[in-house]
Amino acid sequence: MKKGFDFLFPALLGLALLGLWEWIVAARQIPVYVLPAPSAIAAAFADNFTSLMLSLLATLQVTVIAFIAALTAGVAMAILFSQSRLAERTLYPYAVILQVTPVVAIAPLILIWVGFDRVETALVLIAALVAFFPILSNTTLGLKSADFNLLELMRLYGASRWQILWRLQLPTAIPYLLGALKIAGGLALIGAVVAEFVAGSGTATGLAWRIIEAGNRLQIATMFAALMLLAVLGVTIFAALSALEYFLLRHWHESVLKPGR
Amino acid sequence: MSLLTLRQVGKRFDNGTEALSGLSFSVDQGDFVSLLGPSGCGKSTALRLIAGLIAPDYGDVVWQTERPETGFVFQEPTLMPWADALTNARLPLDLKHVPRGEGNDRAAAALARMGLSGFESAYPRELSGGMKMRVSIARALASKPKLLLMDEPFAALDEITRAGLNDDLLALAREDGITVIFVTHSVMESAYLSSRVLVMSPRPGRITAEIALTPGPHDRLSQEFAQAQARVAAALLEAA
Repeated sequence: MKKGFDFLFPALLGLALLGLWEWIVAARQIPVYVLPAPSAIAAAFADNFTSLMLSLLATLQVTVIAFIAALTAGVAMAILFSQSRLAERTLYPYAVILQVTPVVAIAPLILIWVGFDRVETALVLIAALVAFFPILSNTTLGLKSADFNLLELMRLYGASRWQILWRLQLPTAIPYLLGALKIAGGLALIGAVVAEFVAGSGTATGLAWRIIEAGNRLQIATMFAALMLLAVLGVTIFAALSALEYFLLRHWHESVLKPGR
Repeated sequence: MSLLTLRQVGKRFDNGTEALSGLSFSVDQGDFVSLLGPSGCGKSTALRLIAGLIAPDYGDVVWQTERPETGFVFQEPTLMPWADALTNARLPLDLKHVPRGEGNDRAAAALARMGLSGFESAYPRELSGGMKMRVSIARALASKPKLLLMDEPFAALDEITRAGLNDDLLALAREDGITVIFVTHSVMESAYLSSRVLVMSPRPGRITAEIALTPGPHDRLSQEFAQAQARVAAALLEAA
């Protein structure tokens, strides 16, 4: 019942806002190239359905590949850090520098180095760069958070480094990693969009390019349609990662369990 | 010769605190020895030295041959929250690469001995404090230890649960011929369980009294048990 209300009230609010929007645009006769009404956006969406969907797929592909690359690299580096203090001290400052430098500023360099003939690779690289740091930093923290008594117990039973990593440190890090993934999923999408904006010219085919192109042609309704698809994509990624989190933690983690059990 | 002898063992922590100084005692095969003392007297440090988790600054820990198969039980159950009871109890076997099927059988048998048949697939979060401690002891038993080191294992449990676990532990130790070194700050518990109580004084920790007792279990309401408790309590007060 409560779940129903969780869904019902936001939906009602959304409908009310759309209605108000439609009414204001009609009542004040706002031109379509300034603010299109929801009905005009829906029409633009229907007219450009195929090209918008192809763009959605292109952006989704960059986002997913970048996300997987960031996940792999972030976890691998966190494991390296957990095994070697020296590696952590040496490399961590550079990871921080990469993180704090705005990606928009690095993106043109990456595009030049990777080359405009391989713009897809450059887009993935830029998006992965944005998503990488939260995964590295959270997983590193998680691997260090293993229960000290369990660690001693495993040592008493003659556990190897590898066994301690696999049976204690990695499971401990899973909730930390999943928390990071929810942030990184959104960041990968933002990274992909930013990269497309920077790449600009006709080489890119994603939703961001669709927004630039529609903007240049003053097709504001199409712009809104592309924007809406981006929002839907972002929410879907977040929901999928939340579902994964629930699935992996449902038996044991405090964050998922109901109190009073 | 004793199973284990500590000779003039000393340990200083990194912050300079002297945890143990001139600690000497020996433990015979089949003994149930309690280390009794106030908080901060170095009991846990002594246990970790015996487990080989830390090394003494001076003095020796001498074994009759080598350290036998050893189980360790902490004050907290110290279970893996992501693993069910069977997987938790199987941990020492998994670490020693015992084949999965045999490991499952031995872990299930250890759980059954602790009265946890039917709870193999329960997660720690679903178990009560006493049941979690039983899983923790089952984990120690799964590796068929000859020596069991216990660091205030029942301190966080209620009196009735604690009494039940005391009796189960005594029966197990006797059946399997396990030598137990049991750290506690409870006079009653040490008197109930032990064949010998070693009283420790705090900062730096050393043995101030040794009391030989009739091995348990006892009638908790008997005159004899009351006297045994009184002897232990007197020695503890003298040490303080």
